[in-house]
Amino acid sequence: MVSFNILVAVALAYVAVLFAVAFYAERRAAMGFGRWLHSPIVYTLSLSIYCTAWTFYGAVGYAARSGMEFVTIYLGPTLVMVGWWWILRRLVRIGRSQRITSIADLISSRFGKSTSLGVIVTLIAVVAATPYIALQLQSVTLSFAVFAQAGGKPWGHEELNGAAIVVAMGLATFTVFFGTRNLDANERHHGIVMAIAVEAVVKLLALLAVGIFVVWGIAGGPTEILQQIDASPISKWQQDGSRWIGLIFVSGAAFICLPRMFQVLVVENVDERHLNIAGWAFPTYMLLMSLFVVPIAVVGLAVMPAGSNPDLFVLTVPLSQGRDGLAMVSFLGGFSSATSMVIVSTIALATMVSNHIVVPIWLSSRTGQGAKVSGDVRYVILLSRRLSVAAVLALGFLYYRVSGGGTALAAIGLVSFSGAVQVFPALIGGIFWRGATRIGAAMGLIVGFTVWAWTLFLPSFGDGAIITEAAMLHGPFGIAWLRPDALFGITGMDPLVHGVMWSMTLNSLVFFMGSVFSFPTPLERLQGAQFVNVFDYSAGSPRWRSSVAGAEDLLIMAQRILGGNEAQALFQREAKSQGKAGYLPDVTSDFIERLERELAGSVGAATAHAMIGQLTEGSSVSVEDLIAVADEAAQILEYSNKLEAKSAEQDRTARALRDANEKLTALSVQKDAFLSQISHELRTPMTSIRSFSEILRDGEMTAKQQGHYAGIIHDETLRLTRLLDDLLDLSVLANGQVTLRDQSGNLRDLLDRAVDIASGNDDGLRILRDRSGEDFVLNTDLDRLGQVFINLITNARKYCDAKTPQLRIKFSRVSGQHVVDFIDNGTGIQIGNQLMIFEKFSRIADQSKAGGAGLGLAICREIMQRLGGQITYLPGQGGAAFRVVLPNVETLSNQ
Amino acid sequence: MKSSVFLERRAYHRRRMRDLARAVPVFGGVLICIPLLWPQGEGGVTNANAIVYVFGVWVVLIALAALISRAVQSDEPPVVPTDES
Repeated sequence: MVSFNILVAVALAYVAVLFAVAFYAERRAAMGFGRWLHSPIVYTLSLSIYCTAWTFYGAVGYAARSGMEFVTIYLGPTLVMVGWWWILRRLVRIGRSQRITSIADLISSRFGKSTSLGVIVTLIAVVAATPYIALQLQSVTLSFAVFAQAGGKPWGHEELNGAAIVVAMGLATFTVFFGTRNLDANERHHGIVMAIAVEAVVKLLALLAVGIFVVWGIAGGPTEILQQIDASPISKWQQDGSRWIGLIFVSGAAFICLPRMFQVLVVENVDERHLNIAGWAFPTYMLLMSLFVVPIAVVGLAVMPAGSNPDLFVLTVPLSQGRDGLAMVSFLGGFSSATSMVIVSTIALATMVSNHIVVPIWLSSRTGQGAKVSGDVRYVILLSRRLSVAAVLALGFLYYRVSGGGTALAAIGLVSFSGAVQVFPALIGGIFWRGATRIGAAMGLIVGFTVWAWTLFLPSFGDGAIITEAAMLHGPFGIAWLRPDALFGITGMDPLVHGVMWSMTLNSLVFFMGSVFSFPTPLERLQGAQFVNVFDYSAGSPRWRSSVAGAEDLLIMAQRILGGNEAQALFQREAKSQGKAGYLPDVTSDFIERLERELAGSVGAATAHAMIGQLTEGSSVSVEDLIAVADEAAQILEYSNKLEAKSAEQDRTARALRDANEKLTALSVQKDAFLSQISHELRTPMTSIRSFSEILRDGEMTAKQQGHYAGIIHDETLRLTRLLDDLLDLSVLANGQVTLRDQSGNLRDLLDRAVDIASGNDDGLRILRDRSGEDFVLNTDLDRLGQVFINLITNARKYCDAKTPQLRIKFSRVSGQHVVDFIDNGTGIQIGNQLMIFEKFSRIADQSKAGGAGLGLAICREIMQRLGGQITYLPGQGGAAFRVVLPNVETLSNQ
Repeated sequence: MKSSVFLERRAYHRRRMRDLARAVPVFGGVLICIPLLWPQGEGGVTNANAIVYVFGVWVVLIALAALISRAVQSDEPPVVPTDES
């Protein structure tokens, strides 16, 4: 006999292996070696979370009770998969082009980025998934109990509940660890996908092993097993046609609508072409999973004592034959099926709950500050996801406790499936019919959900638990035509078929009528056109008019959600594609739309839209815009859009030219100003030198006076020399005549020196540094680099206008480059001037304060160019901020 | 220059393959529902035969899907995500 402790040890070891696999996959993906993670095989295997503990244990129980009917649960998805060209291809394309994060996001996004629809779908999904998660907990604890019993210590309620709690907490830990580690812009989880791919293999092999043992080990071969089936209690083909068709429909639809399936099918899909392979490979997987179900059931019915739970035959049959090793493998298979489903399911639900319920509430609770407030909100989103994971699992556990864990697995599974399917009409209508509207979808969902809850979900708690027996028999308040199992007085139907039939019929009918008789908002019509014609318009059409939003505000907001580096990279890329340098692109409607999609990948379409809406002050789509792009003649206009795209290149050039022209004009103005300034600068010292030297020439003065006058003359010549030195320095640098020295040293020492020199005795400016993080070896001309640092610190001291001026010096690594940021807390530099500050002779603010000729930053730029680095202005940091990109030398190991 | 009204042979063939891909689930749905026409109960079809039939249909569907999947490789380039970093 396997001792119970060994079993627990094996389970723990298996979990440790899964952790290791997930870790390894994340590491590889982070290092950019994730190619093999993106293979169609991994994609196909990840779909196997469709086969949960319900399949692993429940299918055999199902077959033992009702013969071949169990197979419908896999035939439905098979039809959907082999017909991927119809629905899945469209869903995946939409998911990618719209950056869909969950099924709630898809519905919300399709119907005008409606927050309320997102909430409805999320609630339906959570309610429908709860029994299913309970089911997984139940199956894992039952399988533990089987071993405990075999070990001679049968479990009571206490132990079962204890095990369920431990399992739920373990799953929560794993999910939080790998599912909510980071806020990925694409909502993909490499570690988890890899772990569930491994689990997929384990559960398939386990079930096949048990099947092979049963067919060849016990029955004696395929012919014998067929004979045994003929002799068994389930030998006759007795199938209720309505259940056969109804279940194929429900399982096929649920395959698309279940949040966890949507997650792996659409959200985690990295390449559309994987569908091509999965279209036949996944049906093969399901076929193999179902192949031995009936044999195991038949043999189980024959060898096990009457009254034993057929849901556990997969475990108990090998145990009863003394095959402990096989039983252990089978246990791991069941464990895998349950855990992978729960993990993906909770991630999908947590994403939905956090994106569609928590974040919108959080955002609206701080209107006023709105989207413009700075600071990172990613931690809020991550925290809300973690809490949601815990909450979803807690709900599952609660259902397990309340329902008593007594019902047959198959019955719970079907109730859950039929709940998830309520989204189906809105989903299919949304992607195939442009006339579907938000009001229709919301009404259909609510009606379908209500009917489902009344006819299937509430009765599932048991007789008299929630719906009283009187209400079951005679209808609520004696209204007979509302009886949960005989709506409108039609009796005699199978309860499941009855519930599915009425909920789907009423759901679709209300959805259709509601859509026909309501009028969509412009944004809905636009989204409708984009979803339905996704293969024609992948490009999308403008939906944000005129740019009220400033690029800098958008950057601040994007930084909060995407993180500083990603957001800056995105803006820089965008600016570059417009032919501009720096971090701030022109705010075109194209750009805003792209940004919105990027944000939608993190927080969902509705929230992203609302956030952008706050900044652009609601200047979304107008009816005029809509007529231009989305009316029935859109196809013709699409052609002109294409022409427009061709002229985008010209636009870019024109924009670059316009920028250059502006710069030149501004420069020439500044140059004139500089000339007068420089003559003034030269003239003032010259005048005093001339007058004092005249006085000295005339003589007749005390030695003290003489010394004083000579001192003045000396000071003035020094000033002149400095000015001329600067000019010379600049011209030497600009002409490339400078020779650079090859030095090496530590960045920290260099900064220490620069800070010392630049601040002198003056302690007006507080400098914030993380000296321990600056331990970095540089190989470059340190004197020149030091000159740049000194200049930046001096500038901060001179121009920072905060009451208690501060300068933050931050060393970091951004997309492969080492950068040092100098960020002060003053008012910063206006956008108009950001382009100019690095030009020679430029000086902003009032001239008197400067005391120099406006050459400092120009020299800095020249130096950095010579050194092979870069200096740029970094907008959106709450003050003036300069980024020095260090020369890219081969990095020596940190000392 | 006058462009032909008809697609060239290969593109035409690919389109028909897509029609075939669309037809597979319909065809499968019909085959799967055929058992409902069988006689039930005593003297009817046995479950052993039903298993052979259902799994046979399943294998045929998988084989069809696998064969067609080669022929329908989409000719339009897949959507390039905007995060080409």
